[in-house]
Amino acid sequence: MKVVNKRIPSVDGLGIMKGRPAFTDDFADKNSLIIKIKRSPHAYARIKKIDDSLAKQLPGVVMVLTHKDFPRVPFTRAGQGYPEPSPHDKFVLDEFVRYVGDEVLAVVAIDEATCDKALSLIKVEYEVLEPVLDFEKAIDNLSIIHPEPEIHEMFPIGFEPKRNIASSYAMHIGDLDKALKESDVVIEETFYTQAQAHVMMEPHTVNARMDYQERLVIYSATQTPYHVRRIISQALNIPLSRIRVIKPRVGGGFGGKQAIHGEMFVSYVTLKTGKPSKIIYTRKEVFESSYTRHPMKLKVRLGATKDGVLKAIDFNVLSDTGAYGEHALTVFMVVGSKVLPLYNKVDAVHFYGDVVYTNHTPAGAYRGYGAIQGNFALESAIDILCEKLGMDSILFRQKNMMKEHETSPIFAIMGEGTEGTPMDMDTCKLDECVSRGTKLIDWYKKYPRIDMGDKIKSVGMAIAMQGSGIPYIDMGSATIKLNDDGFYNLLVGATDIGQGSDTVLAQIAAEELMTSVDKVIVYSSDTDLTPFDVGAYASSTTYVSGNAVWKAAKEMKSKLLIEAARILKCKIKDIEFDGKEFKSSNGESITLIDLSNQITYSEDQKQLSVTSSYVGHKSPPPFMAGFIEIEIDKETGEIDILDYVSVVDCGTTINPKLAEGQVNGAIVQGLGMAMFESVKYSKTGKLISNSLLNYKIPTRLDIKNLTTEFVDSYEESGPFGAKSVGEIGIDTPPAALANAVYNALGVRINTLPITPEKIILALKEKESK
Amino acid sequence: MQVKLTVNNEPKSFICEPGEYLLDTLRRYNYLSVRRGCDNTSCGVCTVLLDGKPVPSCSVLTASVENRSITTVEGIQDEAEKLGLYFGEEGADQCGFCNPSLALTVYAMKKELYKPTPEEIKEYLVGNLCRCTGYIAQERAIKKYMGDKS
Repeated sequence: MKVVNKRIPSVDGLGIMKGRPAFTDDFADKNSLIIKIKRSPHAYARIKKIDDSLAKQLPGVVMVLTHKDFPRVPFTRAGQGYPEPSPHDKFVLDEFVRYVGDEVLAVVAIDEATCDKALSLIKVEYEVLEPVLDFEKAIDNLSIIHPEPEIHEMFPIGFEPKRNIASSYAMHIGDLDKALKESDVVIEETFYTQAQAHVMMEPHTVNARMDYQERLVIYSATQTPYHVRRIISQALNIPLSRIRVIKPRVGGGFGGKQAIHGEMFVSYVTLKTGKPSKIIYTRKEVFESSYTRHPMKLKVRLGATKDGVLKAIDFNVLSDTGAYGEHALTVFMVVGSKVLPLYNKVDAVHFYGDVVYTNHTPAGAYRGYGAIQGNFALESAIDILCEKLGMDSILFRQKNMMKEHETSPIFAIMGEGTEGTPMDMDTCKLDECVSRGTKLIDWYKKYPRIDMGDKIKSVGMAIAMQGSGIPYIDMGSATIKLNDDGFYNLLVGATDIGQGSDTVLAQIAAEELMTSVDKVIVYSSDTDLTPFDVGAYASSTTYVSGNAVWKAAKEMKSKLLIEAARILKCKIKDIEFDGKEFKSSNGESITLIDLSNQITYSEDQKQLSVTSSYVGHKSPPPFMAGFIEIEIDKETGEIDILDYVSVVDCGTTINPKLAEGQVNGAIVQGLGMAMFESVKYSKTGKLISNSLLNYKIPTRLDIKNLTTEFVDSYEESGPFGAKSVGEIGIDTPPAALANAVYNALGVRINTLPITPEKIILALKEKESK
Repeated sequence: MQVKLTVNNEPKSFICEPGEYLLDTLRRYNYLSVRRGCDNTSCGVCTVLLDGKPVPSCSVLTASVENRSITTVEGIQDEAEKLGLYFGEEGADQCGFCNPSLALTVYAMKKELYKPTPEEIKEYLVGNLCRCTGYIAQERAIKKYMGDKS
């Protein structure tokens, strides 16, 4: 391969570095009306009265929008395919506000200062209701968060709003009681994970204008332009054909931009006034009023025989979806479906639980999507079990974990919101990942600890898997067209949000067309110009959209050969094409440049163009083993991360450097969840950790070294052998860290994040025993 | 009010409110590489050079920079390109929302520090947050740029 699996620089790196206009707000009209949202100071309340008379008199105020202005159409902002597996439980604006930061009303004015002044002049009277702030007390609470009659599920997801249940799920394989009875050692542990914030560097923003065909044109910092268009159309009752959504460069998403944010407001305002409008979330709004990771309580039981055979896994999970049920069921299912198959030889699995409404900031999609929560619980529990068995935890994993060509019955039972798809692991190099990682971290020299007096060094590890798109649901497509002068356009609905998919997809096309990346001009994504793609989520782009690009490139090649055969007056099979020149066996030849110029300008003119689509029939999981080396200060509990070793099986790395970037970025984001990112609410339900001053993400001083390697692997169903790599990196850090802390000090922290305070408290408790 | 200053070595005269921050004025005058990432000088995305030193433009009042010199990435295009090539080599590009601000800070560091240690580089750049890359590839690229004498 000449282009694929090569360290090609990003196609857009230089322009972005040099500050070219690229991001959503760079394209906002200069005279856009500014929209600002008045947000609820109460965790749960009913709006009794809004007095906006003074605000409306203020010069420069264009309108004040309240729940009375919008049709009562419930929808979900989740940004998923249709029909959505998330409940339709949100109105653009509602009489009820369900968390501190929920939308009360919107002010539209000529500038930001006028908006702020108007907001301060508006008086809102609330009937304050009793909030549900403890998700363990949500079910059958006297306070019902969604009493409204119009809300509904699109298909059965276990939706019981009268009980504060957004979704529930249960599955079992085998006889759990029997398997536990046959186990010599059974452990039971409870874990808690927090509502991690995405903290993409570009805050949510969207702007709109009417074009000269009287159509609504929206620039949105979104991961899902096609879903955005559909959801606006449904919620505001505008024909789909009147809406165009453009996704320019996006400044990071991590799942947070899968959802709808200000799109309803700019659409409404611009349609109503005919004027351009925009909304930009402040960082505080991003923290308080966008989405978080679903916080969870995970009760785990494992059973094994004394010779180290894992027999039973029992997972009871409670998930907090906050005020609205975005991704409630699907994140919940991934806790099981992309974690439990790691140990596929068990006799019995039970996985069940509920996703509950609370009066917290809503949870939504977030890189890892349930797998990181499940992984923290399962991979911590495996180490606890091994300790009880007196067994080497690496040997235990190697004995019980998924191997190549094996399968798990879970794949057929659990999909995302629906039944799953059975599949064998045609590629699974997890064994190699574990043994290579053990060597790279020098495990057996460092395990369990090296005591240095005041400080102690230790290692910990975990294994993980993810998926590659959602089979039979996620569709990607690509258009390739030939230009005169012999270069191509590659138009994709796939959304580059910074992960580098434009580069990776151009590489796939260039490899197949035997050309270089600079001859493939990639453009993503615009609902008027590019073909459909579900968007950037579920680790789907390289695998699903990449397969679509590969197909399109193959079809373009066949079209080129037909034209060349016509021009060279020979049979297609008699032509050799090297990407630059067509040579026939009769000695005639024509260059691609000449061919493209000829069919554009002089003879038998036509536009050569192909569009291909791909929908997956399986979701081949990438696998990895993660190893952390830490140093802990015994007195303060402070942790220094010395190294994080990742050995990953993601099939072919289309771009090894960008793949490494995906893994490293995810590892550090996972370490943030594991160590730093504390989420704190006040007693009345206000998010206290609502700024970068008190919500700490990892800085470059926190990251000493990352060692990332890829094992040789070729997934037959993927483009040039590739699987996904976007999410897998985030899963292992919490469990690996918890295991390393235990190996260092003999204390087990089951509640994330693992902070120095928790370590010291656990040590004190251990000493007092 | 009117504020006279130089931006990227060109004399400029900005009309602004007395309480307006430099970030908002610059964006209003189409210096679109200067961007907002947070509300309180925590992220580094809005960095510009004020008389050659990196400052968060979200906390500098435009009225306070009368007669002073501002540099945005538009003013150091050759250096940004050089750094960008190393970013490309090392796979350090991801979303890039913060790249222009990082380029400015790195450029200022190169002028200010002589042969900094990796630790000194981290210290200098600690205010430039990144959520995408995990920092390591950026640091490899920045090290190469620091050693580039061209």
